[in-house]
Amino acid sequence: MSMNLLRLLRRRTGSAPVARERLQILLAHERGLRSQPDLLGILREEILAVVSRHVVLDPEKVVVRMDRGEVVSTLEVDIEVPNSFDKKMAVA
Amino acid sequence: MAKVLVVTSGKGGVGKTTSTAALGAALAQQGEKVVVVDFDVGLRNLDLIMGAERRVVFDLINVAQGVAKLSQALIRDKRLENLWLLPASQTRDKDALTEEGVRDIIADLRTRFDWVICDSPAGIERGATLAMRYADEAVVVTNPEVSSVRDADRIIGMLDSKTVKAEKGEQLKKHVLITRYDTGRAARGEMLNIDDILEILAIPLLGIIPESQDVLKASNVGSPVTLNDATSMPARAYTDAARRLSGETVTMMVPTEQRKGFMDRLFGRRAA
Repeated sequence: MSMNLLRLLRRRTGSAPVARERLQILLAHERGLRSQPDLLGILREEILAVVSRHVVLDPEKVVVRMDRGEVVSTLEVDIEVPNSFDKKMAVA
Repeated sequence: MAKVLVVTSGKGGVGKTTSTAALGAALAQQGEKVVVVDFDVGLRNLDLIMGAERRVVFDLINVAQGVAKLSQALIRDKRLENLWLLPASQTRDKDALTEEGVRDIIADLRTRFDWVICDSPAGIERGATLAMRYADEAVVVTNPEVSSVRDADRIIGMLDSKTVKAEKGEQLKKHVLITRYDTGRAARGEMLNIDDILEILAIPLLGIIPESQDVLKASNVGSPVTLNDATSMPARAYTDAARRLSGETVTMMVPTEQRKGFMDRLFGRRAA
């Protein structure tokens, strides 16, 4: 019921307001990038570099998610570290 | 004093070449001496839109490399005697164009013409940066569509940083030209409207070109829109835009939707 109502309202206003809002958020971000380095990109690369100094990274086991918001952006780095890691380090 | 104008967009297919030809012809019709220069090396099309494809002997690269003289490569329009074309090369070697080569050609063209209009290739690579490199003014072409507006914003950033004018700390004049605009769809909220685009890009509006069959008709026959049918809606919009480029104040016409009557709707398809 409420979905139908939403759809009805959306049809009346059209998709242009959504386009406008998406563009404004995206461009605010991209314009920032032009003057300063891509912080999230640098963090992602350096984090992966540090980890790969200690562990052989399997690209399949690394998940990087970025979400660029208007006020806050998040960087999520999910690395699967094999359990054999501790033993190897102990030997070394 | 000659003006070098780059017509650019970032995104392909938004109407750079159509706009270059139409604005160039409109300025020539207003008595200015104009050359339109195709910078799309490897994928030249301005010759086709101008209807001069069978008259190309030498091109931009030949001149840049000293194989031909500028006067040999320039093609005079058959309809307007003060409109000229400098075609791009069909060879695939994009690197054939050097910054120095372009600089010298633009400097030479400045002495011969009132307007040097550079038709930029799509993208943000070498060809596009060279086309804008020596510009005094820029026309940023965009459609009322998100990807096109995003790329236009990117190009505006490049105009403000990668041109000689910007490097000298001078102001490069930028205008936005909105093409393929459909007033009805914008009014219904189905398409970004003029205010949305201007608010996002924050540069002055040069003109609004309506979505129209006349644009395709003109390109089919190899004639700039403003020459093919001067009374058509897009031709009038381009002519007004050209007058604004010349410094005239012209009231902005928002193309109105042509209301179709019942009979038109009924027979519209057949009566094309």
